[in-house]
Amino acid sequence: MSNAIHLHYDVSGDDFTRAGEASGSVKKRLKSLGYNSDAIRRVAIAMYEAEINMVIHANGGYCDVDIYPDRVEILLSDSGPGIPDVDKAMQEGFSTAPDNVRNLGFGAGMGLPNIKKYTDHMKIDTTIGVGTNLYLTVNVNE
Amino acid sequence: MSTYFHSVELEVDKCCGCTNCLKRCPTEAIRIHNGKAHILSERCIDCGECIRVCPHHAKKAHSSNLEDIKKFKYNVAIPAPSLYGQFNNLDNVNIVLTGLKAIGFNEIFEVSRAAELISEATRKLIKENKLKKPVISSACPAIVRLIKIRFPELCDNVIPLLAPIELAAKVARKEAIERTGLKPEEIGVFFISPCPAKVTEIHTPNSVEKSACNGAIGISRIYPELTKAMDRLDNVENLARSGLIGIGWATSGGESAGMLGEKYLAADGIENAIRILEELEDEHIRDVDFVELNACSGGCVGGVLTVENPYVAQARIQKLRKYLPVSMNHLNDGDLDEMMWEKELNFDADIFRLSDDIFKAMEMMDRMEKICADLPGLDCGSCGSPTCRAMAEDIVKGKAKETDCIHKLKEQIQSVYDQLKNTI
Repeated sequence: MSNAIHLHYDVSGDDFTRAGEASGSVKKRLKSLGYNSDAIRRVAIAMYEAEINMVIHANGGYCDVDIYPDRVEILLSDSGPGIPDVDKAMQEGFSTAPDNVRNLGFGAGMGLPNIKKYTDHMKIDTTIGVGTNLYLTVNVNE
Repeated sequence: MSTYFHSVELEVDKCCGCTNCLKRCPTEAIRIHNGKAHILSERCIDCGECIRVCPHHAKKAHSSNLEDIKKFKYNVAIPAPSLYGQFNNLDNVNIVLTGLKAIGFNEIFEVSRAAELISEATRKLIKENKLKKPVISSACPAIVRLIKIRFPELCDNVIPLLAPIELAAKVARKEAIERTGLKPEEIGVFFISPCPAKVTEIHTPNSVEKSACNGAIGISRIYPELTKAMDRLDNVENLARSGLIGIGWATSGGESAGMLGEKYLAADGIENAIRILEELEDEHIRDVDFVELNACSGGCVGGVLTVENPYVAQARIQKLRKYLPVSMNHLNDGDLDEMMWEKELNFDADIFRLSDDIFKAMEMMDRMEKICADLPGLDCGSCGSPTCRAMAEDIVKGKAKETDCIHKLKEQIQSVYDQLKNTI
Protein backbone atom coordinates (compact mmCIF):
# COMPACT_ATOMS: atom_id res chain seq x y z
CA MET A 1 0.00 0.00 0.00
CA SER A 2 0.95 3.62 -0.30
CA ASN A 3 2.04 5.17 2.97
CA ALA A 4 -1.03 7.38 3.28
CA ILE A 5 -4.78 6.94 3.18
CA HIS A 6 -6.15 9.49 0.77
CA LEU A 7 -9.68 10.82 1.11
CA HIS A 8 -11.47 13.32 -1.09
CA TYR A 9 -14.63 15.27 -0.28
CA ASP A 10 -16.68 17.80 -2.20
CA VAL A 11 -18.02 20.50 0.11
CA SER A 12 -21.42 21.79 -0.99
CA GLY A 13 -21.64 25.57 -0.97
CA ASP A 14 -25.28 26.22 -0.31
CA ASP A 15 -26.21 23.92 2.54
CA PHE A 16 -25.20 24.68 6.11
CA THR A 17 -26.66 21.49 7.43
CA ARG A 18 -24.16 19.50 5.38
CA ALA A 19 -21.09 21.35 6.62
CA GLY A 20 -19.26 18.98 8.92
CA GLU A 21 -19.90 15.90 6.79
CA ALA A 22 -16.30 15.73 5.65
CA SER A 23 -14.80 16.35 9.08
CA GLY A 24 -17.24 13.85 10.60
CA SER A 25 -16.24 11.22 8.09
CA VAL A 26 -12.53 11.81 8.71
CA LYS A 27 -13.10 11.64 12.47
CA LYS A 28 -14.83 8.28 12.12
CA ARG A 29 -11.95 6.89 10.08
CA LEU A 30 -9.30 8.17 12.47
CA LYS A 31 -11.14 6.49 15.33
CA SER A 32 -11.14 3.15 13.50
CA LEU A 33 -7.42 3.56 12.95
CA GLY A 34 -6.99 3.86 16.70
CA TYR A 35 -5.50 7.32 16.18
CA ASN A 36 -4.43 9.45 19.13
CA SER A 37 -7.63 11.00 20.50
CA ASP A 38 -6.20 14.49 20.99
CA ALA A 39 -5.08 14.54 17.34
CA ILE A 40 -8.54 13.35 16.24
CA ARG A 41 -10.18 16.15 18.17
CA ARG A 42 -7.85 18.78 16.70
CA VAL A 43 -8.38 17.50 13.15
CA ALA A 44 -12.16 17.45 13.62
CA ILE A 45 -12.36 20.98 15.03
CA ALA A 46 -9.96 22.58 12.55
CA MET A 47 -11.51 20.85 9.57
CA TYR A 48 -15.05 21.71 10.62
CA GLU A 49 -14.16 25.39 11.00
CA ALA A 50 -12.54 25.36 7.58
CA GLU A 51 -15.53 23.62 6.01
CA ILE A 52 -17.86 26.22 7.51
CA ASN A 53 -15.61 28.96 6.13
CA MET A 54 -15.86 27.47 2.67
CA VAL A 55 -19.64 27.36 2.91
CA ILE A 56 -20.03 30.90 4.28
CA HIS A 57 -17.51 32.73 2.13
CA ALA A 58 -16.64 30.70 -0.93
CA ASN A 59 -19.71 28.77 -2.08
CA GLY A 60 -18.05 25.47 -1.23
CA GLY A 61 -15.08 23.68 -2.73
CA TYR A 62 -13.26 20.45 -2.08
CA CYS A 63 -11.17 18.88 0.58
CA ASP A 64 -8.27 16.41 0.28
CA VAL A 65 -7.11 14.54 3.33
CA ASP A 66 -4.01 12.39 3.66
CA ILE A 67 -3.72 10.29 6.77
CA TYR A 68 -0.20 9.20 7.74
CA PRO A 69 0.67 7.17 10.83
CA ASP A 70 2.13 10.26 12.51
CA ARG A 71 0.16 13.15 11.00
CA VAL A 72 -2.86 14.25 9.00
CA GLU A 73 -2.44 16.65 6.07
CA ILE A 74 -5.48 18.51 4.83
CA LEU A 75 -6.02 20.74 1.82
CA LEU A 76 -9.20 22.78 1.63
CA SER A 77 -9.58 24.41 -1.73
CA ASP A 78 -12.19 26.83 -3.01
CA SER A 79 -12.79 29.11 -5.97
CA GLY A 80 -14.25 31.87 -3.84
CA PRO A 81 -13.47 35.60 -3.65
CA GLY A 82 -10.13 35.17 -1.84
CA ILE A 83 -9.09 36.81 1.45
CA PRO A 84 -8.10 40.49 0.95
CA ASP A 85 -6.16 40.85 4.21
CA VAL A 86 -4.96 37.56 5.70
CA ASP A 87 -3.45 39.17 8.81
CA LYS A 88 -6.74 40.84 9.61
CA ALA A 89 -8.66 37.62 8.99
CA MET A 90 -6.39 35.90 11.49
CA GLN A 91 -7.41 38.30 14.28
CA GLU A 92 -9.84 36.91 16.82
CA GLY A 93 -13.28 38.41 16.43
CA PHE A 94 -12.73 39.75 12.92
CA SER A 95 -15.46 38.54 10.61
CA THR A 96 -17.01 39.46 7.28
CA ALA A 97 -19.83 36.94 7.67
CA PRO A 98 -23.31 38.29 6.87
CA ASP A 99 -25.98 38.64 9.57
CA ASN A 100 -28.00 35.60 8.53
CA VAL A 101 -24.91 33.48 9.11
CA ARG A 102 -24.19 35.08 12.49
CA ASN A 103 -27.74 34.39 13.57
CA LEU A 104 -26.98 30.71 13.22
CA GLY A 105 -24.11 31.05 15.67
CA PHE A 106 -21.37 31.12 13.05
CA GLY A 107 -19.21 34.01 11.89
CA ALA A 108 -17.91 34.95 15.34
CA GLY A 109 -14.51 35.65 13.84
CA MET A 110 -12.95 32.63 15.50
CA GLY A 111 -12.66 30.43 12.40
CA LEU A 112 -9.10 31.02 11.24
CA PRO A 113 -7.69 31.75 14.73
CA ASN A 114 -9.19 28.47 15.95
CA ILE A 115 -7.83 26.57 12.98
CA LYS A 116 -4.39 27.92 13.76
CA LYS A 117 -4.76 27.06 17.43
CA TYR A 118 -5.65 23.44 16.78
CA THR A 119 -3.19 22.65 13.98
CA ASP A 120 0.59 22.28 14.00
CA HIS A 121 1.06 23.88 10.63
CA MET A 122 -1.17 26.17 8.63
CA LYS A 123 -0.60 27.89 5.29
CA ILE A 124 -2.99 30.10 3.35
CA ASP A 125 -2.59 30.65 -0.40
CA THR A 126 -5.16 33.15 -1.52
CA THR A 127 -5.72 35.19 -4.68
CA ILE A 128 -8.45 37.79 -4.99
CA GLY A 129 -11.12 36.66 -7.42
CA VAL A 130 -9.48 33.26 -7.90
CA GLY A 131 -9.81 31.40 -4.64
CA THR A 132 -8.13 30.12 -1.51
CA ASN A 133 -6.09 27.04 -0.68
CA LEU A 134 -5.73 26.28 2.99
CA TYR A 135 -3.08 23.72 3.95
CA LEU A 136 -3.24 22.20 7.41
CA THR A 137 -1.14 19.65 9.25
CA VAL A 138 -1.98 18.03 12.57
CA ASN A 139 0.81 15.98 14.13
CA VAL A 140 0.29 13.16 16.57
CA ASN A 141 1.89 14.30 19.80
CA GLU A 142 2.22 11.21 21.94
CA MET B 1 -10.12 -9.46 25.79
CA SER B 2 -12.19 -9.33 28.96
CA THR B 3 -15.60 -10.96 28.98
CA TYR B 4 -18.61 -8.71 28.99
CA PHE B 5 -21.81 -9.31 30.84
CA HIS B 6 -24.97 -8.24 29.06
CA SER B 7 -28.53 -8.15 30.21
CA VAL B 8 -29.78 -8.08 26.62
CA GLU B 9 -30.08 -11.62 25.28
CA LEU B 10 -31.33 -13.32 22.15
CA GLU B 11 -33.92 -16.05 22.17
CA VAL B 12 -32.53 -17.96 19.22
CA ASP B 13 -35.72 -19.90 18.40
CA LYS B 14 -37.73 -16.72 17.96
CA CYS B 15 -35.13 -14.93 15.79
CA CYS B 16 -35.92 -15.20 12.09
CA GLY B 17 -32.87 -13.24 10.93
CA CYS B 18 -34.73 -10.13 9.76
CA THR B 19 -32.74 -6.90 9.75
CA ASN B 20 -34.77 -4.78 12.18
CA CYS B 21 -32.35 -4.94 15.11
CA LEU B 22 -29.32 -4.92 12.81
CA LYS B 23 -30.32 -1.60 11.31
CA ARG B 24 -31.28 0.07 14.57
CA CYS B 25 -28.34 -0.84 16.80
CA PRO B 26 -26.59 2.48 17.56
CA THR B 27 -23.15 0.91 18.03
CA GLU B 28 -23.39 -1.52 15.09
CA ALA B 29 -23.12 -4.37 17.58
CA ILE B 30 -25.34 -6.85 15.76
CA ARG B 31 -24.54 -9.18 12.87
CA ILE B 32 -26.72 -11.82 11.28
CA HIS B 33 -25.08 -15.14 10.53
CA ASN B 34 -26.85 -18.25 9.31
CA GLY B 35 -30.21 -16.58 9.71
CA LYS B 36 -29.77 -15.61 13.35
CA ALA B 37 -28.77 -12.35 15.04
CA HIS B 38 -25.55 -12.30 17.03
CA ILE B 39 -24.59 -9.57 19.49
CA LEU B 40 -20.96 -8.44 19.39
CA SER B 41 -20.54 -8.42 23.10
CA GLU B 42 -17.78 -5.82 23.35
CA ARG B 43 -19.78 -3.24 21.37
CA CYS B 44 -23.16 -3.69 23.08
CA ILE B 45 -24.10 -0.92 25.52
CA ASP B 46 -27.36 -2.58 26.66
CA CYS B 47 -29.46 0.36 25.50
CA GLY B 48 -32.33 -1.98 24.66
CA GLU B 49 -33.08 -0.57 21.18
CA CYS B 50 -33.07 -4.11 19.74
CA ILE B 51 -35.62 -5.25 22.33
CA ARG B 52 -37.78 -2.29 21.39
CA VAL B 53 -37.70 -2.89 17.63
CA CYS B 54 -37.75 -6.70 17.38
CA PRO B 55 -41.16 -7.62 15.90
CA HIS B 56 -40.69 -11.27 16.92
CA HIS B 57 -39.82 -10.55 20.57
CA ALA B 58 -36.62 -12.50 20.15
CA LYS B 59 -34.60 -10.08 22.27
CA LYS B 60 -35.17 -9.99 25.96
CA ALA B 61 -33.62 -8.39 28.99
CA HIS B 62 -32.32 -10.58 31.71
CA SER B 63 -33.38 -9.29 35.12
CA SER B 64 -34.00 -10.64 38.62
CA ASN B 65 -37.45 -11.73 39.80
CA LEU B 66 -39.32 -11.80 43.08
CA GLU B 67 -38.09 -15.32 43.81
CA ASP B 68 -34.56 -13.93 44.16
CA ILE B 69 -35.44 -11.92 47.24
CA LYS B 70 -36.13 -15.15 49.16
CA LYS B 71 -32.39 -15.74 49.40
CA PHE B 72 -32.14 -12.89 51.90
CA LYS B 73 -33.45 -12.45 55.43
CA TYR B 74 -34.35 -8.81 54.92
CA ASN B 75 -35.09 -7.04 51.65
CA VAL B 76 -35.09 -3.41 50.60
CA ALA B 77 -36.71 -2.32 47.35
CA ILE B 78 -35.21 0.75 45.72
CA PRO B 79 -37.79 1.83 43.14
CA ALA B 80 -36.89 4.07 40.18
CA PRO B 81 -39.06 7.20 40.04
CA SER B 82 -40.19 6.10 36.56
CA LEU B 83 -42.23 3.40 38.34
CA TYR B 84 -44.65 6.07 39.59
CA GLY B 85 -45.68 6.96 36.05
CA GLN B 86 -46.94 3.44 35.28
CA PHE B 87 -50.30 3.64 37.07
CA ASN B 88 -53.56 5.22 35.99
CA ASN B 89 -55.20 7.68 38.41
CA LEU B 90 -52.41 7.44 40.96
CA ASP B 91 -52.38 10.48 43.21
CA ASN B 92 -50.16 9.26 46.01
CA VAL B 93 -46.72 7.67 45.63
CA ASN B 94 -47.21 5.97 49.02
CA ILE B 95 -49.69 3.54 47.44
CA VAL B 96 -46.92 2.23 45.15
CA LEU B 97 -44.39 2.06 47.97
CA THR B 98 -46.79 0.28 50.35
CA GLY B 99 -47.65 -2.07 47.46
CA LEU B 100 -43.97 -3.00 47.15
CA LYS B 101 -43.99 -3.95 50.83
CA ALA B 102 -47.10 -6.03 50.27
CA ILE B 103 -45.36 -8.13 47.61
CA GLY B 104 -42.49 -9.07 49.88
CA PHE B 105 -40.11 -6.23 50.61
CA ASN B 106 -39.40 -5.30 54.21
CA GLU B 107 -38.38 -1.78 53.47
CA ILE B 108 -38.41 0.83 50.73
CA PHE B 109 -35.79 3.42 49.84
CA GLU B 110 -36.72 5.58 46.87
CA VAL B 111 -34.01 6.15 44.28
CA SER B 112 -35.38 9.69 43.93
CA ARG B 113 -34.05 10.43 47.44
CA ALA B 114 -30.51 9.67 46.27
CA ALA B 115 -31.20 11.65 43.08
CA GLU B 116 -31.86 14.76 45.17
CA LEU B 117 -28.52 14.33 46.90
CA ILE B 118 -26.78 13.92 43.52
CA SER B 119 -28.49 17.08 42.24
CA GLU B 120 -27.25 19.03 45.25
CA ALA B 121 -23.74 17.57 44.96
CA THR B 122 -23.61 18.38 41.23
CA ARG B 123 -24.64 21.98 41.89
CA LYS B 124 -21.99 22.27 44.58
CA LEU B 125 -19.18 20.79 42.47
CA ILE B 126 -20.05 22.96 39.47
CA LYS B 127 -20.24 26.08 41.64
CA GLU B 128 -16.84 25.30 43.14
CA ASN B 129 -15.48 24.84 39.61
CA LYS B 130 -14.19 21.39 40.42
CA LEU B 131 -15.38 19.73 37.23
CA LYS B 132 -14.39 19.80 33.58
CA LYS B 133 -17.08 21.61 31.64
CA PRO B 134 -19.44 20.89 30.14
CA VAL B 135 -20.25 18.33 32.81
CA ILE B 136 -21.96 15.22 31.44
CA SER B 137 -24.40 13.34 33.66
CA SER B 138 -23.35 9.86 34.76
CA ALA B 139 -26.88 8.68 35.50
CA CYS B 140 -27.68 6.75 32.30
CA PRO B 141 -25.42 3.68 32.19
CA ALA B 142 -25.96 3.14 28.46
CA ILE B 143 -24.64 6.65 27.80
CA VAL B 144 -21.65 6.14 30.12
CA ARG B 145 -20.77 2.90 28.29
CA LEU B 146 -21.19 4.61 24.95
CA ILE B 147 -18.76 7.37 25.98
CA LYS B 148 -16.34 4.74 27.29
CA ILE B 149 -16.16 2.95 23.94
CA ARG B 150 -16.66 5.78 21.42
CA PHE B 151 -15.77 9.17 22.90
CA PRO B 152 -12.27 9.15 24.40
CA GLU B 153 -12.08 12.93 24.74
CA LEU B 154 -15.28 13.09 26.78
CA CYS B 155 -14.46 10.50 29.45
CA ASP B 156 -13.16 13.27 31.71
CA ASN B 157 -16.36 15.27 31.33
CA VAL B 158 -18.51 12.56 32.87
CA ILE B 159 -19.30 13.63 36.42
CA PRO B 160 -17.62 11.20 38.83
CA LEU B 161 -20.65 11.06 41.11
CA LEU B 162 -22.43 7.75 41.68
CA ALA B 163 -25.66 7.25 39.78
CA PRO B 164 -28.72 7.61 42.02
CA ILE B 165 -29.33 3.82 42.05
CA GLU B 166 -25.87 3.06 43.37
CA LEU B 167 -26.07 5.78 46.00
CA ALA B 168 -29.57 4.69 47.02
CA ALA B 169 -28.40 1.06 47.33
CA LYS B 170 -25.41 2.10 49.39
CA VAL B 171 -27.41 4.23 51.82
CA ALA B 172 -30.31 1.77 52.00
CA ARG B 173 -27.96 -1.11 52.81
CA LYS B 174 -26.19 0.88 55.50
CA GLU B 175 -29.47 1.93 57.11
CA ALA B 176 -30.85 -1.62 56.97
CA ILE B 177 -27.75 -3.00 58.69
CA GLU B 178 -28.05 -0.40 61.44
CA ARG B 179 -31.77 -1.03 61.89
CA THR B 180 -31.76 -4.83 61.86
CA GLY B 181 -28.33 -5.74 63.17
CA LEU B 182 -28.10 -8.30 60.35
CA LYS B 183 -24.92 -9.05 58.44
CA PRO B 184 -24.49 -7.28 55.07
CA GLU B 185 -24.87 -10.58 53.17
CA GLU B 186 -28.23 -11.23 54.85
CA ILE B 187 -29.70 -8.06 53.38
CA GLY B 188 -30.98 -7.96 49.82
CA VAL B 189 -31.21 -4.61 48.01
CA PHE B 190 -33.17 -4.76 44.75
CA PHE B 191 -33.60 -2.02 42.21
CA ILE B 192 -36.99 -1.83 40.52
CA SER B 193 -35.70 -1.04 37.05
CA PRO B 194 -37.08 0.58 33.90
CA CYS B 195 -34.19 -0.64 31.72
CA PRO B 196 -31.67 -3.39 30.95
CA ALA B 197 -28.64 -1.06 31.02
CA LYS B 198 -29.10 -0.68 34.76
CA VAL B 199 -29.21 -4.44 35.17
CA THR B 200 -25.80 -4.57 33.48
CA GLU B 201 -24.49 -1.66 35.54
CA ILE B 202 -25.32 -3.51 38.75
CA HIS B 203 -23.58 -6.64 37.51
CA THR B 204 -20.47 -4.93 36.15
CA PRO B 205 -20.40 -1.35 37.43
CA ASN B 206 -18.34 1.41 35.83
CA SER B 207 -18.25 3.50 38.97
CA VAL B 208 -17.51 1.08 41.81
CA GLU B 209 -15.73 -2.24 42.33
CA LYS B 210 -18.89 -3.97 43.47
CA SER B 211 -22.44 -2.66 43.41
CA ALA B 212 -24.31 -2.31 46.69
CA CYS B 213 -27.35 -3.61 44.81
CA ASN B 214 -28.03 -7.36 44.71
CA GLY B 215 -30.09 -7.24 41.57
CA ALA B 216 -32.56 -5.37 39.43
CA ILE B 217 -36.12 -6.45 38.82
CA GLY B 218 -37.76 -5.14 35.65
CA ILE B 219 -40.85 -3.00 36.27
CA SER B 220 -42.78 -5.05 33.69
CA ARG B 221 -41.87 -8.21 35.54
CA ILE B 222 -43.55 -7.30 38.83
CA TYR B 223 -46.25 -5.07 37.38
CA PRO B 224 -49.17 -7.55 37.54
CA GLU B 225 -48.44 -8.58 41.13
CA LEU B 226 -47.76 -5.03 42.23
CA THR B 227 -50.98 -3.58 40.80
CA LYS B 228 -52.99 -6.36 42.42
CA ALA B 229 -51.34 -5.69 45.77
CA MET B 230 -51.94 -1.95 45.40
CA ASP B 231 -55.65 -2.57 44.84
CA ARG B 232 -55.93 -4.64 48.01
CA LEU B 233 -54.15 -2.36 50.48
CA ASP B 234 -55.97 -1.85 53.79
CA ASN B 235 -53.89 1.07 54.89
CA VAL B 236 -51.33 3.16 53.07
CA GLU B 237 -48.09 3.80 54.93
CA ASN B 238 -46.38 7.14 54.75
CA LEU B 239 -43.08 6.10 53.16
CA ALA B 240 -42.37 8.71 50.46
CA ARG B 241 -39.47 11.00 51.24
CA SER B 242 -38.70 12.80 47.99
CA GLY B 243 -39.52 16.14 46.51
CA LEU B 244 -40.19 17.22 42.96
CA ILE B 245 -36.52 17.32 42.00
CA GLY B 246 -36.00 13.65 42.84
CA ILE B 247 -39.12 12.40 41.12
CA GLY B 248 -38.39 14.61 38.12
CA TRP B 249 -35.34 12.49 37.31
CA ALA B 250 -37.75 9.95 35.79
CA THR B 251 -38.11 12.02 32.65
CA SER B 252 -35.70 13.73 30.28
CA GLY B 253 -34.86 17.20 31.54
CA GLY B 254 -35.63 16.29 35.15
CA GLU B 255 -32.05 15.98 36.23
CA SER B 256 -31.22 19.25 34.47
CA ALA B 257 -34.10 21.02 36.19
CA GLY B 258 -32.47 19.93 39.44
CA MET B 259 -29.48 22.09 38.50
CA LEU B 260 -31.66 25.15 39.22
CA GLY B 261 -29.95 27.11 36.43
CA GLU B 262 -30.36 27.78 32.73
CA LYS B 263 -27.06 26.69 31.24
CA TYR B 264 -27.98 23.12 30.63
CA LEU B 265 -28.92 20.87 27.75
CA ALA B 266 -31.02 17.72 27.94
CA ALA B 267 -31.29 15.26 25.05
CA ASP B 268 -33.02 11.92 24.93
CA GLY B 269 -33.15 9.01 22.51
CA ILE B 270 -29.89 7.26 21.70
CA GLU B 271 -29.46 8.76 18.22
CA ASN B 272 -29.96 12.29 19.54
CA ALA B 273 -27.56 11.62 22.39
CA ILE B 274 -24.91 10.42 19.92
CA ARG B 275 -25.31 13.60 17.87
CA ILE B 276 -24.84 15.71 21.00
CA LEU B 277 -21.75 13.73 22.00
CA GLU B 278 -20.25 14.22 18.53
CA GLU B 279 -20.86 17.96 18.77
CA LEU B 280 -19.46 18.13 22.29
CA GLU B 281 -16.35 16.33 21.12
CA ASP B 282 -15.91 18.83 18.29
CA GLU B 283 -16.50 21.70 20.72
CA HIS B 284 -19.49 22.99 18.74
CA ILE B 285 -21.62 23.19 21.84
CA ARG B 286 -20.60 26.14 23.96
CA ASP B 287 -22.16 28.09 26.82
CA VAL B 288 -23.53 24.98 28.47
CA ASP B 289 -22.43 23.87 31.93
CA PHE B 290 -24.36 20.66 32.21
CA VAL B 291 -25.42 18.01 29.71
CA GLU B 292 -28.05 15.41 30.55
CA LEU B 293 -28.29 12.53 28.12
CA ASN B 294 -30.77 9.67 28.28
CA ALA B 295 -30.53 6.70 25.92
CA CYS B 296 -34.30 6.25 25.92
CA SER B 297 -36.78 8.65 24.33
CA GLY B 298 -38.51 10.57 27.09
CA GLY B 299 -35.84 9.57 29.61
CA CYS B 300 -36.11 6.64 32.06
CA VAL B 301 -39.90 6.45 31.57
CA GLY B 302 -39.01 5.30 28.03
CA GLY B 303 -37.02 2.28 29.24
CA VAL B 304 -37.88 -1.04 27.62
CA LEU B 305 -38.79 -2.65 30.94
CA THR B 306 -41.59 -0.17 31.60
CA VAL B 307 -45.20 -0.91 30.69
CA GLU B 308 -46.69 2.51 29.95
CA ASN B 309 -46.15 4.79 26.96
CA PRO B 310 -43.30 7.11 28.03
CA TYR B 311 -45.20 10.31 27.28
CA VAL B 312 -48.26 9.18 29.20
CA ALA B 313 -45.98 8.27 32.11
CA GLN B 314 -44.35 11.69 31.84
CA ALA B 315 -47.72 13.45 32.05
CA ARG B 316 -48.63 11.44 35.14
CA ILE B 317 -45.35 12.22 36.83
CA GLN B 318 -45.88 15.93 36.20
CA LYS B 319 -49.17 15.64 38.02
CA LEU B 320 -47.67 13.70 40.94
CA ARG B 321 -44.91 16.28 41.39
CA LYS B 322 -47.31 19.20 41.54
CA TYR B 323 -47.81 19.48 45.29
CA LEU B 324 -44.42 18.20 46.42
CA PRO B 325 -41.75 20.31 48.08
CA VAL B 326 -38.73 21.12 45.87
CA SER B 327 -36.37 18.73 47.60
CA MET B 328 -36.63 16.65 50.77
CA ASN B 329 -33.06 15.32 50.92
CA HIS B 330 -29.98 17.39 51.66
CA LEU B 331 -26.27 16.79 51.96
CA ASN B 332 -24.62 16.46 55.34
CA ASP B 333 -20.95 17.08 55.98
CA GLY B 334 -18.88 14.24 54.61
CA ASP B 335 -21.65 12.87 52.37
CA LEU B 336 -19.93 14.05 49.22
CA ASP B 337 -16.87 11.82 49.71
CA GLU B 338 -19.18 8.82 49.90
CA MET B 339 -20.77 9.76 46.61
CA MET B 340 -17.70 9.86 44.39
CA TRP B 341 -16.75 7.14 41.89
CA GLU B 342 -14.25 4.59 43.17
CA LYS B 343 -12.70 4.13 39.74
CA GLU B 344 -11.76 6.39 36.85
CA LEU B 345 -13.69 6.21 33.60
CA ASN B 346 -11.08 5.08 31.09
CA PHE B 347 -11.55 4.92 27.36
CA ASP B 348 -11.68 1.38 26.00
CA ALA B 349 -9.68 1.89 22.79
CA ASP B 350 -9.88 -1.70 21.57
CA ILE B 351 -13.55 -1.77 20.71
CA PHE B 352 -13.69 0.14 17.45
CA ARG B 353 -10.14 0.24 16.17
CA LEU B 354 -9.14 -2.07 13.36
CA SER B 355 -5.80 -3.06 14.88
CA ASP B 356 -3.54 -1.92 17.71
CA ASP B 357 -0.78 -1.51 15.13
CA ILE B 358 -1.39 1.73 13.22
CA PHE B 359 0.43 0.47 10.09
CA LYS B 360 -1.71 -2.64 9.99
CA ALA B 361 -4.84 -0.59 10.72
CA MET B 362 -4.00 1.71 7.79
CA GLU B 363 -3.48 -1.21 5.49
CA MET B 364 -6.83 -2.64 6.55
CA MET B 365 -8.56 0.70 6.06
CA ASP B 366 -7.05 1.07 2.60
CA ARG B 367 -8.54 -2.31 1.66
CA MET B 368 -11.82 -1.36 3.32
CA GLU B 369 -12.12 1.82 1.24
CA LYS B 370 -11.55 -0.17 -1.97
CA ILE B 371 -14.03 -2.91 -1.01
CA CYS B 372 -16.57 -0.32 0.06
CA ALA B 373 -16.29 1.57 -3.24
CA ASP B 374 -17.12 -1.66 -5.03
CA LEU B 375 -20.20 -2.51 -2.93
CA PRO B 376 -23.62 -1.22 -4.08
CA GLY B 377 -23.97 1.25 -1.17
CA LEU B 378 -27.57 0.27 -0.44
CA ASP B 379 -26.91 -0.46 3.24
CA CYS B 380 -29.66 -3.07 2.97
CA GLY B 381 -28.32 -5.37 5.67
CA SER B 382 -29.01 -8.53 3.67
CA CYS B 383 -25.39 -9.64 4.03
CA GLY B 384 -25.75 -9.65 7.81
CA SER B 385 -23.75 -6.46 8.44
CA PRO B 386 -25.63 -3.21 9.14
CA THR B 387 -24.10 -1.13 6.32
CA CYS B 388 -21.89 -1.65 3.27
CA ARG B 389 -19.07 0.03 5.17
CA ALA B 390 -19.53 -2.26 8.16
CA MET B 391 -19.47 -5.18 5.73
CA ALA B 392 -16.19 -3.96 4.23
CA GLU B 393 -14.82 -3.83 7.77
CA ASP B 394 -16.05 -7.36 8.47
CA ILE B 395 -14.39 -8.57 5.25
CA VAL B 396 -10.98 -7.13 6.15
CA LYS B 397 -11.33 -8.63 9.60
CA GLY B 398 -11.96 -12.01 7.98
CA LYS B 399 -15.50 -12.23 9.34
CA ALA B 400 -17.38 -11.93 6.07
CA LYS B 401 -16.81 -12.47 2.36
CA GLU B 402 -17.76 -10.36 -0.61
CA THR B 403 -20.31 -12.88 -1.91
CA ASP B 404 -22.30 -12.47 1.31
CA CYS B 405 -23.58 -9.39 -0.54
CA ILE B 406 -26.59 -10.66 -2.48
CA HIS B 407 -26.12 -7.95 -5.08
CA LYS B 408 -22.50 -8.95 -5.71
CA LEU B 409 -23.56 -12.58 -5.82
CA LYS B 410 -26.26 -11.77 -8.34
CA GLU B 411 -23.68 -10.01 -10.53
CA GLN B 412 -21.43 -13.04 -10.42
CA ILE B 413 -24.25 -15.45 -11.24
CA GLN B 414 -25.29 -13.19 -14.12
CA SER B 415 -21.78 -13.18 -15.50
CA VAL B 416 -21.57 -17.00 -15.30
CA TYR B 417 -24.95 -17.20 -17.01
CA ASP B 418 -23.81 -14.84 -19.77
CA GLN B 419 -20.63 -16.85 -20.34
CA LEU B 420 -22.57 -20.09 -20.52
CA LYS B 421 -25.07 -18.58 -22.92
CA ASN B 422 -22.26 -17.50 -25.24
CA THR B 423 -20.69 -20.95 -25.28
CA ILE B 424 -23.93 -22.68 -26.19
